[in-house]
Amino acid sequence: MYAQSWSSDRALDQLAQHHLDLPAMDHQQEEKVQLLGMWASPYVYKVKWALSIKGVEYEYVEEDLRNKSSQLLEHNPVHKKVPVLVYNGKPVAESDVIIEFIEDAWKGHGGRILPEDPHERAMARFWVRFVPDKLSPRIWKWFTTAGGEEQDAAREASVEQLQVLEEKLTLGGNEFFGGDSVGLVDLSLGALAYVIPMYEEIIGERLVTEDMFPSLYAWMGRFLAAPPVKDHLPPMEELKLRFRAMREYFVKNSA
Amino acid sequence: MADVVLLDLWVSPFGQRCRIALAAKGVAYEYREQDLSNKSELLLRSNPVHRMIPVLLHGGRPVCESLLIVQYIDEAWPVAPRLLPGDPYARAQARFWADFVDKKIFDCGTRLWKCNGAALEQATRDMIEALGALEAELGGKDYFGGEDLGFLDVALAPFTSWFRTYEQCGGFAIAEHCPGLAAWADRCRGRDAVASALTDPDKVYEFALTLKKKFGDK
Repeated sequence: MYAQSWSSDRALDQLAQHHLDLPAMDHQQEEKVQLLGMWASPYVYKVKWALSIKGVEYEYVEEDLRNKSSQLLEHNPVHKKVPVLVYNGKPVAESDVIIEFIEDAWKGHGGRILPEDPHERAMARFWVRFVPDKLSPRIWKWFTTAGGEEQDAAREASVEQLQVLEEKLTLGGNEFFGGDSVGLVDLSLGALAYVIPMYEEIIGERLVTEDMFPSLYAWMGRFLAAPPVKDHLPPMEELKLRFRAMREYFVKNSA
Repeated sequence: MADVVLLDLWVSPFGQRCRIALAAKGVAYEYREQDLSNKSELLLRSNPVHRMIPVLLHGGRPVCESLLIVQYIDEAWPVAPRLLPGDPYARAQARFWADFVDKKIFDCGTRLWKCNGAALEQATRDMIEALGALEAELGGKDYFGGEDLGFLDVALAPFTSWFRTYEQCGGFAIAEHCPGLAAWADRCRGRDAVASALTDPDKVYEFALTLKKKFGDK
């Protein structure tokens, strides 16, 4: 049973700060940070952007996912996927887990990825899950369905979820979902800033127009130009080739 | 409305995670059982995106998603026991394995009561493999959190009520494949904070059989 009042925001902030006062990791020591990744994976870019926010120096290792290295299998035996962050030989897997690790391990360095207030942190983490739970599957369905009624329905379903984000961004009234700078939610949505225009070009149909989504449209441009992001984007021509081939495959096999 | 309210469903392992965390921290709260076939205004308002339980309301502000709620409880009530450890790498491991529980245990568990034939056999193999991975992660420790309940213990504990169901459906004994995990389950279930939250395994099995009748593969 708790006797204190937890309703004071200032008291809560102080307690949150105390609780989140993690032991500072000694970055003075010789430290080796490696990122195992793959050039086309949006999850890998998410981690790159987080490392960039914190100003972390690391070695990037490109993995061939059709022929997985012993290093990858050793560092991620459970899921055998990228990205994997290897900190002084110790692996961290799953992009969302990696990003929280980056925030914790380089606390006080570079920019903040998560807000300070516990409720705002919970909200940010909630919106992170919105992407794989609600948004990405619908956009993927739109991209992999041949033109017609089924694709129109997938497009409508995507628009519905995008409207949720549009509303959130508009109500927030900030440049980014994280406020003045790129935060956790921006990182989680970020790949859509280059993926949606690419899908639009391949399909020949718009999904996010400035008319329908003024806030989201502006955010996409702002995100791609943001300092932690702009020098860490995939090679778009190669990516388009890859996804064009994918669309052709799905359209052919859906008949 | 009380300062802390939990919108929940009696049998939900996800809701139980929140109950365990609140009990471990000694937080007083109002429990509100939800009727998911007739969702309350409060639930729909508090979780408009998913319309699912559990939802924690603290000073009227909602927090959704069980693992996020547990993290929130740990951060908003920074008293012992500290569910997530201080060390960044240890925190990452706890988060990774809690995510594993969500991805693997819940999925295999569902397939165990839902499927038949070859699919059921596969679900059994997958569950044994997943529990084995958790057994390895536990190592020789009393709890995943070390000497006391931690984030991963809270994440997995509710599924121990489903162990009997998994065993009955799959025709295997967890203690035989994962003795360390079976011992952990007994140890965990003996703790007050955990015992008060969990459903009786026999009631869970009864519940799973009704699910199987309604939604199981023919």
